[in-house]
Amino acid sequence: MIDQVPVSYYLLLGAILFAIGAGGVLIRRNTIVILMCVEMMMNAVNLTFIAFSRYLDSATGQIFVFMVMAVAAVEVAIGLALLVELNRHKETVNIDEFNSLKG
Amino acid sequence: MPIRLFASRNLPFVARQCVLMIQLIWLTIALPLAGVLFNGILGRRLSHKVVSVVGPLAVLGAFITGAGALVELWSRGGEAVTVPLWTWAAIDTFSVNINLLVDPLSLLMVLVVTGVGFLIHVYATEYMVHKDESGHAHPDRDFARFFTFLNLFIASMLILVLGDNYLMMYVGWELVGVCSYLLIGFWFDRPAEEQAPIELGEGHRPVALKPLLSPAASGMKAFIVNRIGDLGFALGVFLIWSTFGTLQFSAVFAEAPHIAETMPSVLPWIALLLFVGAMGKSAQIPLFVWLPDAMAGPTPVSALIHAATMVTAGVYMIVRSNVIYSLAPGVSMFVAVIGAATALFAATIALVQVDLKRVLAYSTVSQLGYMFMAVGVGAYTAGMFHLTTHAFFKALLFLGAGSVMHALHDVIDIRRMGGLRNKMRTTWLTFWVGGLALAGFPLMSGFFSKDEILAKAFEASPILWGVGILTAGLTAFYTFRAIFIAFHGQPRDQHLYDHAHESGSAISFALVMLAALALLGGLLGLPTFLGLPHALDGWLEPVYVAAAHGAEGAAHHLSFGTELGLMSTSAVVAIAGIILAYVFYVVRPTIPQNLARATRPIFSLLANKYYVDEIYEAVFVNPGLKLARAMAQGIDALLIDSVLVDGLAKAVGRLGQQASRLQTGYLRHYALATFVGVLVLLSYFFLR
Repeated sequence: MIDQVPVSYYLLLGAILFAIGAGGVLIRRNTIVILMCVEMMMNAVNLTFIAFSRYLDSATGQIFVFMVMAVAAVEVAIGLALLVELNRHKETVNIDEFNSLKG
Repeated sequence: MPIRLFASRNLPFVARQCVLMIQLIWLTIALPLAGVLFNGILGRRLSHKVVSVVGPLAVLGAFITGAGALVELWSRGGEAVTVPLWTWAAIDTFSVNINLLVDPLSLLMVLVVTGVGFLIHVYATEYMVHKDESGHAHPDRDFARFFTFLNLFIASMLILVLGDNYLMMYVGWELVGVCSYLLIGFWFDRPAEEQAPIELGEGHRPVALKPLLSPAASGMKAFIVNRIGDLGFALGVFLIWSTFGTLQFSAVFAEAPHIAETMPSVLPWIALLLFVGAMGKSAQIPLFVWLPDAMAGPTPVSALIHAATMVTAGVYMIVRSNVIYSLAPGVSMFVAVIGAATALFAATIALVQVDLKRVLAYSTVSQLGYMFMAVGVGAYTAGMFHLTTHAFFKALLFLGAGSVMHALHDVIDIRRMGGLRNKMRTTWLTFWVGGLALAGFPLMSGFFSKDEILAKAFEASPILWGVGILTAGLTAFYTFRAIFIAFHGQPRDQHLYDHAHESGSAISFALVMLAALALLGGLLGLPTFLGLPHALDGWLEPVYVAAAHGAEGAAHHLSFGTELGLMSTSAVVAIAGIILAYVFYVVRPTIPQNLARATRPIFSLLANKYYVDEIYEAVFVNPGLKLARAMAQGIDALLIDSVLVDGLAKAVGRLGQQASRLQTGYLRHYALATFVGVLVLLSYFFLR
């Protein structure tokens, strides 16, 4: 059944998800939401990988996705840990408060 | 030139042994250097007696090596040998080789430097130790430092004379300058000394004298004046390099006649620039002012460096470069004129000096003028001959003056001496020998060498001879003025006289040895026109072979009668000068004061050394200092420090502050920049 859905649909969905994620990163102030948006962008990329993998009948894309998921897990672990520390330090998750390194 | 270590199979056994001596010539430099290391590192911790043995021994070893090389070179007929040591630097076609050139000229210098140097080292072992009334010895606080520098000087001087290229000569040239500076200022904590004004009797204003410079200031003055000359020397070396592409003596001299044809203006410039260096080092007009002040150093230093050896480096340099100078006759004549002018100028100043060492210092300047007059008229052998005999008798005179100082607890003003002949027999007799040699008394060493110079000068120009013979008369007069005042007559300072004593064995040994050399040194160059052998002439012959154009041979020879007449004239002039001094200072001691009163302006001019120092001070030193101060405050502090350095730093800081506004601290701005960047890149690749 999946074969009946054209590959362009998947790509379009990936692009939309990526754009929503990117927009979230740019617009939102809550650091947790930003992290989630980053996750969403990565999963949009994953979707694109898989779509191409099916379309081209090649396993390479799927292997890539495993790699991305592994890295994403690590990233979330570190990102949330940092966020916990930041929250303890500043008692906020507002990204605009974390600007003490600016010039 | 190849190493000749194995090329000696045909030579007799003794000579073959001595080939090693020439190869070992580096020892003449290495031994004094070893002395420097030993005395410099260990000397302070050891007894001064150990230093007294090591210092002179290092120089004696160098002398023996040099003498061995001399024997070997003699058996080879004086053919030059190059002893390669190592390559200092090799960049593309430019290479600097550390080679030693062993030839008759360099060996003559080696023997003079190490021979006289050894005697002066021995002398200094006693001179630098003061004995108190109870006979207890007090060595100078920096006894080891003194011998370290003295050994370093010997090594430097040997580098200067043994190098086979102008670069090594320059290195030695600078090193001896440093040693001279270090030793003039040896007693750097001693203050400047006042000089008592010269009394002209009742009812007459005494002639005031300027205070002497302190040793530290004297050392500085010597160093700075020498820098001026050295700049000329360095430029000369650069010009040789850019003209010839090499600094090696043999290559330069082989090419010089060719250059003289293709680029006729270059050689005179080289000769002139090198001579500017010689003016500084050998104290010629206009750069002679440092030498009299160099007398602030310990007397052995005055004898070794500022009379016998270092100051003759300029003469050696011109004789070494004889090919260049004979191809630049105009500059050679200039050298001769400067030499003659210096000889007369310095001799007139020496007439009225009241400081025994300064009389000798001006005499040294004057005698160096003679040497330059000789080399200027192409009489290179005569110049070297006078250099050698002068080294003997002037070292002797300085050491005699030092012996007097030692006895009188550093009093050097001849107005406080008198009658010392009764107290110091050895010093008195040897000083007489030195004085006779300096005055050119017949059959003394100075007589032969000075006479040879005067004869050669007469060939070139009777005017030069006239100046020379006038100077010879003045020389005889001022030398014996000093002798008669210091050693004859009645004591002028009874307290000093009572405490005077003859110096000990080391000082006496050096004095007697040098007196023998001053007596017999003339045997090196007996007058040829009397049919006597001139040893130096034959010995130095190979040095001039390179000058193939034959400028030496072109000079016409004087007739027997003229030569004899010139010789008799100089003998008569010398004796007349001595007799005049005897009349002035022993028979009628009132004459000098009356004469000084009658000619007060001239007397005052001479006593103040023609005010040359004051003129230099006003014309060069003070404007130079003003300029330096203006540069320091205007250019350096204001333009460079404030505007350039601080201004640039501030400008960069402000730019950074402006640029830092780009970083807002909002993550979304950074992320937006990233996304936009990616978009731009992607669209560039897709739409290309």
